[in-house]
Parts: sequence; structure tokens; C-alpha cells
Amino acid sequence: MEVSMSVNGDTQTSDVEPRTLLVHHIRDTLGLTGTNIGCDTSSCGACTIHVNGESVKSCTMLAVQADGTEITTIEGLAGDDGELHPMQAAFMECHGLQCGYCTPGMVMAASSLVAENPEGLDETAVRQGLEGNLCRCTGYHNIVKAVLAVGDTA
Amino acid sequence: MEYAAPTTVDEARTLLADNPGSRVFAGATDVVPQMRSGRPEPSVLIDLKLIDRLMSVTHDNGHWTIGAAMPTSELTSNGEFTSVFPGISEGAGWIGSDQIQNRSSLGGNLCNGSPAADSVPAMIASEARAVIAGTDGERTIPVADVVTGPGQLSLADGEFVVEFEIDDPPANTGDAYIRMTPRTEMDIAIVGAAVRVTMNGDTCTDARVVLGAVAPTAVRVPDAEAALIGSSLDEAALAEVTAAASAAANPINDKRGTIEYRVQVAGVLAKRAAVLAAERARA
Ligand SMILES: Cc1cc2nc3c(=O)[nH]c(=O)nc-3n(C[C@H](O)[C@H](O)[C@H](O)COP(=O)(O)OP(=O)(O)OC[C@H]3O[C@@H](n4cnc5c(N)ncnc54)[C@H](O)[C@@H]3O)c2cc1C
Ligand code: FES
Ligand code: FES
Repeated sequence: MEVSMSVNGDTQTSDVEPRTLLVHHIRDTLGLTGTNIGCDTSSCGACTIHVNGESVKSCTMLAVQADGTEITTIEGLAGDDGELHPMQAAFMECHGLQCGYCTPGMVMAASSLVAENPEGLDETAVRQGLEGNLCRCTGYHNIVKAVLAVGDTA
Repeated sequence: MEYAAPTTVDEARTLLADNPGSRVFAGATDVVPQMRSGRPEPSVLIDLKLIDRLMSVTHDNGHWTIGAAMPTSELTSNGEFTSVFPGISEGAGWIGSDQIQNRSSLGGNLCNGSPAADSVPAMIASEARAVIAGTDGERTIPVADVVTGPGQLSLADGEFVVEFEIDDPPANTGDAYIRMTPRTEMDIAIVGAAVRVTMNGDTCTDARVVLGAVAPTAVRVPDAEAALIGSSLDEAALAEVTAAASAAANPINDKRGTIEYRVQVAGVLAKRAAVLAAERARA
């Protein structure tokens, strides 16, 4: 089936099989490998992207379901000049990552969490908002710190 | 496997009727993980999310209509709905994380047929109805009659849920849903309890008590309802609710909880949900 979607601002039209998961389409067809796959049960959140501005696990969507949508992946978050998105900068600043495997998904989930809560977030809200993302390294503490660093001033 | 994205209920109905082995779906948050774990693929996956009628929530003529494929995040962020049915909103809000909520639907939660589906007990407590489309038109049945066992539905081949209807509750009514899980995300309720009560001053005049995850389907507990009605939710009445809910629980033993534990938790949660629902009814 032919599907067409805007990915990080570029229109991408491809022929996909109906069973292809969106995450595989993004990684294998479009070559955007920043979006990770960490599980096969839709549990870990490593594959989180934005579809029409909302965070979604791209392993629970079929590529065909993304026809006509606007998608942002971790590659599309930084500015054109390479300037980091505030959430990326905060993860760096607060040591919100170790191995980095969960980081693209964390940053995508966190940036949509902050955008959806312009009145600001407290620690409980951040921990709850990120409960769909697993990290095996950091113990979450510095991740929460990074998100609060952005969310408090939003 | 093929994929189809109808934009009207009629189109979906025709696709389902014309393609043996086809299946409707919405958020795919159950369907995709199930296919990945080896469940057979349907002949055609029929996406319901492009049909406007299944994607909206409206309130008129004394009842709410909730599209079966609408993301649950849209329901839980609807302030008016949540203030009237905080318990249903709580149940729907337990389904997965934010990323899941932006895809998952009430229709999928019900029709997946899990005894632990979190949105179902509170829907039954408010006597929600399911509007079902099939080859012969549409029919409306209680949500309580849709699931007949784990993964088993009363829907005939070619039928699917279009929307849910819930009547405005009487004055001084409140509902609540409480669930117990060892963890939060990615975990399944060991017990879920929904209670809805109507109060007249300190006296309870109507009550529904529904348990999830302790039997092959969500179950109503008439003995607990009888104990609440006419009472002021005093200690004696609440002790009866606890005993009745434990007695109605017929759970399985698994790694998340033993039978003994689940039976006891069912009583405790039913009591707590009753107290919370009554607080809300009085507010
Ligand atoms: C990480 C994770 C965490 C989860 N946590 C929870 C949780 O805490 N509590 C909980 O209850 N669930 C949970 N779930 C399960 C799932 O997200 C919910 O059951 C969700 O509501 C399913 O909705 P959906 O639209 O994605 O369903 P789909 O996957 O699209 O469909 C599910 C089933 O229902 C059928 N179906 C869908 N819509 C209709 C319709 N309108 N008419 C007839 N049949 C239909 C489909 O054929 C399929 O069999 C979780 C899932 C994941 C991946
Ligand atoms: S890869 Fe999508 S949630 Fe783990
Ligand atoms: S930094 Fe290693 S998994 Fe999170």
C-alpha cells in the first residue's frame, strides 16, 4: 500500500506492507535509526515518537495507520542549525542518560509531557507521565531532574 | 493480511461481512502485541479510527455518546465527562501510559475481552449500553452483556461496537474505580472494583458494585448493592459489602496474586470504592 506522511517536516511516500510496524518503517525504510526498539511487548517506550504532536509508541502503530499524519522523531527535535531542543539540552546538563538506549524515547515522551502541561509539572506528575518508558541504567532520578528543569520553566 | 480504512459505519460493515476472517481494530495496543506474540493475522484489518462517529464524544438528550474507537486520553481529558463520571474516567485512565492512552479505545478495551480490562467495571456500574452494528443494522445491548468469557464476546460475525451510551446520572450520584496492581504501567489489575451510589442526605438510595479481574468476566455483586441501599454506609453496612465482594470473587491463582489474596483484596477495594463514591455523591 502506498502511504504518505510528513516526517520531521519532509513528505515521505513509500510502498509498505500492511503488517509493517511504524517503528520498522521509520528505521528500515526511512533510515531514521534514532528511534530505538527495546522490547516486543509495547512496554519499554524506547520507540516513542510524536504523531500529530502526541506521543505514541511507534511499535503499536502500523505504518499504514500513519498515512496522512505528521510525525516527529528524535532526529527532528533539534533546530535546523543543530541547536539542541531544550529537553535534549537538559538531559545532557542533568546527566539524564548513561548508555543512552532509552534516551530518544524518554526525550520524546518528556517533550510532549511538558508541551501538554504548560502550567508546569511537579515530580509526581513527571514520574507518572514517564511511566511508559523504562530505563535500565539511571534509576530515573536524573531523568526526572532533567524534565523538571524544562517543565518548571515552561 | 490486508488493511482497510473505511470512513463510514456502512463501509466498515460491508468490509467485515465481505471478508471472512477479517477483524476490526482501533488503537492496536492489544492487536499488535498479540500478532507479534504469534496470534494468527486476520485476513483484513479494518481500521475504525477514520470513522468520525466512532471518534467523538457528545452529550445531549440526557445521555453521553462515546465513540468506540476514540483515544481514551480524549475521554479522560474531557473535564465535563470526568466531573460527571470520575469513576469511568479513572478506569479508562489506568489503561497504559500516556503513549498508550493516545491510541487505546474503550471499544478495544471491552472487545479484547480481558477480565481485567480497567474501563469495564465502571461502565457496567453506570449501566452503559453498547451500540452494535451488524449486517442487519444496529442494536443496543448493555455493556455487561458484551463479554461472555475471557476473549469471548456475544457479538455475531460481522458485528462491531460503534459507540457507547451512558444516561445522565440522577442528582447526588457518584462513582469510583479502584484497582490493585503490583506495579503501575504494563501491569494488569489483580482486582478492580467499581461502585456507583446515589445518596439522599446520609442514606444510600441506589448502588451498583462491579468487580473486575476476579472472574471470567466483570461481575456485579447484588449482595453488596443490597447492603449499601438504605444504609448510611455505616461500619456494619461496609462490613457486609466487604464480605459480599469477597464471596463473589472467583479468581485465578497466578504469579501476580494468589486466590486467597485476590479474594481478600476484592472485599477491601469494594469497600474503599463505596466510601469514595459516596463522598463524591455528597459533594
Ligand atoms: C504497555 C501496555 C499497557 C497496558 N495497560 C493496560 C491497563 O493497565 N489496563 C487495561 O485495561 N489495558 C491495558 N492495556 C491493554 C490495551 O491497551 C487496552 O485494552 C486498550 O483499551 C485496547 O484498545 P485498542 O483500541 O488499542 O484495541 P485494539 O488493539 O485495536 O483492539 C483490541 C480488540 O478489540 C477488538 N475491537 C477493537 N475495537 C472494536 C470495536 N469497536 N468493536 C468490536 N471489536 C473491537 C479488536 O478486534 C481486538 O480484538 C495495555 C496495553 C499495553 C501495550
Ligand atoms: S519497542 Fe515500542 S515500547 Fe518497546
Ligand atoms: S540510559 Fe541506559 S537504558 Fe536508560
